[in-house]
Amino acid sequence: MKLEVSVRKNFGTFRIEAEFSLSGNRCGIFGPSGSGKSTLVHMLAGLLKPDRGRIILAGRPLFDDARGINLPPEERRIGVVFQHAHLFPHMNVQRNLLYGWQRTAAAERQIAPEALIEVLNLDSLLERRVGSLSGGEQQRVALGRTVLACPRLILMDEPLTGLDQDLKYQIIPYLKKVFSEFDMPLLFISHSLQEMQLMTDEVLVFEKGTLQQRLPAENLARRHLVTGARGYANLLTLVEPRPHGDLWRYRWGETELILTEPGLNGDNLFELGSKDITLFKGHPEATSARNILVCRVTSIFGDGNRIGVELACNGGRLISQIVPESVRELDIREGAEVVAVIKASAFRKLY
Amino acid sequence: MMFSLPPQDMQAIWLSAKVASAATVISLPFGLGAAYCMVFVRLPGKAFFEGLINLPLVLPPVVVGYLLLLLLGRSSWLGQMLQAMHIRIIFTIFAAIIASSVIGFPLLVRSIRIGMENIDEHYLQASRTLGARWWDTLLTVILPLSGRAILAGMTLMFARSLGEFGATIILAGDIPGVTQTIPLAIYDYTNTPGGDSMALSLCLVSIALSFGVLLVNEAVSRKLRRERGR
Repeated sequence: MKLEVSVRKNFGTFRIEAEFSLSGNRCGIFGPSGSGKSTLVHMLAGLLKPDRGRIILAGRPLFDDARGINLPPEERRIGVVFQHAHLFPHMNVQRNLLYGWQRTAAAERQIAPEALIEVLNLDSLLERRVGSLSGGEQQRVALGRTVLACPRLILMDEPLTGLDQDLKYQIIPYLKKVFSEFDMPLLFISHSLQEMQLMTDEVLVFEKGTLQQRLPAENLARRHLVTGARGYANLLTLVEPRPHGDLWRYRWGETELILTEPGLNGDNLFELGSKDITLFKGHPEATSARNILVCRVTSIFGDGNRIGVELACNGGRLISQIVPESVRELDIREGAEVVAVIKASAFRKLY
Repeated sequence: MMFSLPPQDMQAIWLSAKVASAATVISLPFGLGAAYCMVFVRLPGKAFFEGLINLPLVLPPVVVGYLLLLLLGRSSWLGQMLQAMHIRIIFTIFAAIIASSVIGFPLLVRSIRIGMENIDEHYLQASRTLGARWWDTLLTVILPLSGRAILAGMTLMFARSLGEFGATIILAGDIPGVTQTIPLAIYDYTNTPGGDSMALSLCLVSIALSFGVLLVNEAVSRKLRRERGR
């Protein structure tokens, strides 16, 4: 998928200006609310007409003011998942799901409804009224409805913002599963750095209606270690939880980690703050922390009084945040060997 | 039956029902079209268009009836055209239907319009991005979601048509068995010495009919609400 965008729109004193071209399958648009993200989504989907510019998706012009082209939404083949599910209240789940599919030419239907219903685990909901679904179920149906229209690009406009934390992490695995299984290009819009890390590879950063920066999601997260107060969030996929006394032992790549949180079979995603990883020069003789990993420093970044240290630990990768004084005292440089110490309770379970 | 009515009263009741039903049914597609245009289409001079539709609501019905008479009468080009085609409208049941349609139309449009305006725009956006053309969205999303408003509009219009007097008497006259609806029959009775009790019994019929319409409306509306699950 290649998306070329060059649009401009004025709203009185506010102006949106965007010029970019995307070719990845998992891109994000990141920015605070009021930065013009949603307006951009509306312009891409054909719900709002730009003042001028061009939008070209896979070589096909969707909008071009110079050539007088402005395809209506139904001809653009761009799917949108909105912040709220907006399921049609007068139809049951099944009719909602099939709404777009029935309006897609047979040759364009690359996804079988049965397969998607299985991936999204919607089997038991098909006959239900949408009013009786929970928020998370509604958003799953909305996602399924959009995917089944087999669009060339899916725009997700803050799809997780309306959900509470628990529901959000219930949905994310479904999202990831759908997009990996059906290989559909995604443009994910959000103001949440964590969602960007989880859902996208490359991120466009918008501020005050203009594109400020474009960088890999990972770099965006690292930049926040330097500028943000919350540090960097390591996202760890841990598998095979086994009881270990009154704690739990997980496999993380080739290493084992000990956590307080129980998990499920399959993938378990945990968040580990960069500040929760303490570095030692040598092996600490005795410590209350349960995880002691020998690592190699692969890179050092940041400036001021927050320094990020990237560590390679037996195949896994972690980022620890320390202060410049520690860098000097421990003589931390690329290639140096350090010991990372992590408490069992420092891991926060996402799903 | 608790009381029996003379045949011309039965005729008046039957005629009223026919006129009100025909006016409501014939106006419905136009009402839907007008409401759709007002809510979803960007039109130049929309305010003027809106004012024109609402005018019969504020004008005395007699004025509306007279204007219709001028429009359809023999001296107008439309009237002459109709005459050349041997179509007679004035002083027929068609005149009564036209009078009721024009008078009741603003009520129908107003109600449907409010219903359509209350539909969350996101449903329409979702429908369009899922591949539905505007008419598809109209049929599968807008109309079903404004079902109760449409029903309410039809009820109002039907009830208003049952009671239409001013425009009808001018355009259709007061011909028993042809254009004499319940209100006109009541008017006749009140002008006849000793007709008071007859007028009163028709009044009761009128009240019963209108009340019945409201009850049916409420029942159907409730059913629609239940089907929507809220």
